[in-house]
Amino acid sequence: MSDVGLKITGLDVAYGPVQVVHGLDLEVAPGETVALVGPNGAGKTTTLSAIMGLVPARAGTIELGGRRLNGRSPESIARSGLALVPEGRHLFPAMSVDENLRLGLTARRSSEGVEEDRAWVAGLFQAVREFGHRRAGDLSGGQQQQVAIARALLARPDVLLLDEPSLGLAPKTVETVFEALTEIRRRGVTVLLVEQRAQLAVGFCDRTYVLAAGEHRLTLTPKDANDTERIISAYFGS
Amino acid sequence: MTILQYIINGIALGAVYALAAVGIALIFGVLRLVNFAYGELITIGAYVLAITSDWPIPLSLLACIAASVALAVLTDRLAFKPLRTAPPATTLVATFALSFGLEAVWRLVFGVEGRSADVLGTLNTTAVSGSIDIRWVTIVEVVVGAALLSGIAVFLKRSPLGLQMRAAAVDITTARTLGIRADRVILSAFVLSGVLAAVVAMLLTVGSPLVTPTLGLQVTTFALVGVVVGGMDNLVTATLGGFAVGFLNSILGDALSSDLRVFLTSFTFLAVILVLILRPAGLFAPRGTTTVERV
Repeated sequence: MSDVGLKITGLDVAYGPVQVVHGLDLEVAPGETVALVGPNGAGKTTTLSAIMGLVPARAGTIELGGRRLNGRSPESIARSGLALVPEGRHLFPAMSVDENLRLGLTARRSSEGVEEDRAWVAGLFQAVREFGHRRAGDLSGGQQQQVAIARALLARPDVLLLDEPSLGLAPKTVETVFEALTEIRRRGVTVLLVEQRAQLAVGFCDRTYVLAAGEHRLTLTPKDANDTERIISAYFGS
Repeated sequence: MTILQYIINGIALGAVYALAAVGIALIFGVLRLVNFAYGELITIGAYVLAITSDWPIPLSLLACIAASVALAVLTDRLAFKPLRTAPPATTLVATFALSFGLEAVWRLVFGVEGRSADVLGTLNTTAVSGSIDIRWVTIVEVVVGAALLSGIAVFLKRSPLGLQMRAAAVDITTARTLGIRADRVILSAFVLSGVLAAVVAMLLTVGSPLVTPTLGLQVTTFALVGVVVGGMDNLVTATLGGFAVGFLNSILGDALSSDLRVFLTSFTFLAVILVLILRPAGLFAPRGTTTVERV
């Protein structure tokens, strides 16, 4: 069980003159699975990018297990226990699945347990089990998503950030991804999930933050799962 | 001269240009930087060979490698690192400035007449004579070229650092989020490119030991052309492109009559223009490839 959580306080992020995230407070307690939902342009991906050090935070603090991440490079943040599965997966298409997975080992803080973790992700994902020697770019979207999550897990992160893992996937494949997430959660990995499908996220996660125009508007829990859409549209008045 | 002789000479020069092309393509891969100043790494290596030509040969060769690598790392730290986020046009112009600036330094420090770097001169003797002539240096160029290129291929394919360099070359942002240290990958690329420049300096000075301030520039112009012809964004095609330009240069040099030979460069560039018109993504790029960075 991970004893490391993620805490964001008063986060402002801007691209040049355009401010995208406004004073965001967000906490993912150790072992929790938390989702960020909201319309396009709500600042979900930007929030993940700021956590990972890909865009600078203009104000506010980002803490991992009590240590400040602000101002550190993405590689240093990855090596201190955060792993990102980016939107669009970003595998290295010309490399084999095995090579992509080996790259996932780069950020590990300990060389112990590599074989166990490899066996674990092979058990979780069919694409990892069966297509190790194929070019990653030749796999289907769903298979690539499996490899991307496996690659992130091989870093043995304390906190896993997932950006739209269900985007563009067939319903059956989305199911596979969420089954894997259930296993990842059972293992105690802390998860912050960005998801377009609000209903799915609310039902699955311990808490779901609803973002709009870069602000935190609403927090939902699994008991809201059955009428997520109604609550959200009532709140936004659309 | 027989056709076989042309081909043997072509392969040897092609191997040298291929090494220079890899040196350029390694840096381009990791930084998207077209390093026009690459030739200065060759030039400093050659000058160090000239200065140390009375040293024991292994020491002289080591000094050559040290100089080229040191200059490679130094140019990155002082000139390119401050420009990491600058647009490609800016960094390209910076490499021009660096190249001409260093050339002026060589003129001031080493003079314009040139120095003799006769370290490996014994290789400039005949190994095989008869219907075809093969000098030892030709054999060494082919063997060293093949060994270094396959060594780099194995390094990039098998070693963790090589894997990280390939990842960074494809997508530096994703590579960094996986914990790959950008600085370390960039440093490794510059060190490797420096080593390659030193080897090119060693091989070039065997055949023509006179080191002038523009020695590296001439080689780099052709190797760069080779890289562009081959396809910049892929080490294998860039290497093949470098080889092809060296090969073509050697064949034309041997085959053209002496009054046409002064136009050797023009003939080579004519061939390059034809290639770029017919295959804009590069001679060896897979069919259908259209997205490629132009320089």
